[in-house]
Amino acid sequence: MRRVLVGVKRVVDYNVRIRVKPDGTGVALDGVKMSINPFDEIGLEEALRIKERGHADEVVAVSIGPDDVQQQLRTALAMGADRAIQVRTTSAIEPLQAARIFLQLVEKEQPSVVILGKQAIDDDNSQTGQMLAALWDRPQATFASKIEINGAVAVVTREVDAGLEKIEVDLPAVFTTDLRLNEPRYVKLPEIMKAKKKPLDVLDVATLGIDLTETLKVVKYEPPSQRTRGVMVKSAAELVAQLRAKGILQ
Amino acid sequence: MSTVLIVAEHDGYRLSAATARTVTCANQIPGAAVTIVVLAAEPAAVAKEAAALAGVQRVLTITQAGNTHTLAAVLAPQIAELAAGFTHLLAASTTFGKDVLPRVAALLNTSQISDLMAVEGERRFRRPIYAGNAIVTIEVPPGAKVVATVRAASFVAAAQGGSAAIESATVKAALPRHTRFIGVESGATDRPDLQSAARVVSGGRALGSAENFKHIYSLADKLGAAVGASRAAVDAGYVPNELQVGQTGKIIAPELYVAVGISGAIQHLTGIKDARTIVAINKDAEAPIFEVADIGLVGDLFAVLPEIELALAGK
Repeated sequence: MRRVLVGVKRVVDYNVRIRVKPDGTGVALDGVKMSINPFDEIGLEEALRIKERGHADEVVAVSIGPDDVQQQLRTALAMGADRAIQVRTTSAIEPLQAARIFLQLVEKEQPSVVILGKQAIDDDNSQTGQMLAALWDRPQATFASKIEINGAVAVVTREVDAGLEKIEVDLPAVFTTDLRLNEPRYVKLPEIMKAKKKPLDVLDVATLGIDLTETLKVVKYEPPSQRTRGVMVKSAAELVAQLRAKGILQ
Repeated sequence: MSTVLIVAEHDGYRLSAATARTVTCANQIPGAAVTIVVLAAEPAAVAKEAAALAGVQRVLTITQAGNTHTLAAVLAPQIAELAAGFTHLLAASTTFGKDVLPRVAALLNTSQISDLMAVEGERRFRRPIYAGNAIVTIEVPPGAKVVATVRAASFVAAAQGGSAAIESATVKAALPRHTRFIGVESGATDRPDLQSAARVVSGGRALGSAENFKHIYSLADKLGAAVGASRAAVDAGYVPNELQVGQTGKIIAPELYVAVGISGAIQHLTGIKDARTIVAINKDAEAPIFEVADIGLVGDLFAVLPEIELALAGK
């Protein structure tokens, strides 16, 4: 069976403006709307399209976290994933630990493609896909804006600082998604009902034997320094005069 | 003492400005001895530029035909092998650094700090999370190697005037063949590079079309500036994606940033918060961009931009 494994991280919704707790021990997450990491949603959409184009037989959505992540996995199933796996843990998981968890799932599920978001919009790390590819000793194609699968290889267009880079990789491989890879589909109500019957397996992280000891210690959370509001000018001429007065323009 | 290895970013000919900024970060680590490694098919020109940066003690070159292109899977095992002898391993947090360094970190069995923005000690650093809405201070435990990508916009470029020794190094790592470079399409122009430009003019959704972006290019040319864009403008197809500034695009720190028709979503602001001077032009007086702008002008961009050009010409 040709399988696509997709990471689905539960994160604070894109539209929520988060705040640091006054005591500096973290960010305030109580009652905040949670969603699938937008880059993971794009990854899931891509996995579904790969299957719809006949390059895969099954799409498996994976999330690591407490039972709350089942909400995002149900959404993934409603979007069209065939089954879901929750790796249950209440510990904070660092990217290298997440990569080790994925490696075990990859060894068990033998996917031809693994798709993860290029970054999660909570910790903005942009590491897990690359780390998984390293541990798995397989190709990585990060920041993908186009994925074309052709038998045992894939040609991936990557969004890099210089423009668009094309590489060819042998499968299996790890892809991480960029914003313009696709536009995820909307979930229809009947799909949400159907998703309740799809399999969602729960795997306790303890059974994987992975060391979850914190390796990078966060000692403090702070709000960012704020820029202060400057002056308002009335005209283009005044604007240019201000820039000259500040010595920014000659 | 800290021995810091920096992975040079280059295009085969020139060293990236982001690497020069990473050198400044490295030299803020107490007691740092800084080495730059250049992996290339022909590293001589890039190595020479690296050796001329102040605060660099040594430049190592790894010459292999396989290093012609920046394929993470090919470069990572070589970097990991070389990094064994260093306490710190850094690369700029560009698409190059973000691609290759986590792969190296995993090979070294080490966690990575992404987007390091401030050095507080030998193993104590600050970095942004949640699109810059929170800053965390992180400590790396004693004995663990520090592996980090550096938010180049947070550091100035190292000065010229160095005279580091250039030595060639060899590695034993077998290079994979499962990843092959095909090509790169770049919208390369004669304009300054967005990532390192001293001045940037960016346009947003209010431009309304790709055609109308000519007003942005025209002002940028008058100012000798690079051109950037908001995510909305890129998504609308007005400009290519490499011009996107913000959380998921480029993080920049120009001397002058001119935001035209950009409302100022937090994801965009995180990309420009280190700019020296921000100028905002928007017809909506309530746009959040004005809360961070040093100079703001409420008005119709199509009327204002030609007026600015006239004012610039009439000096």
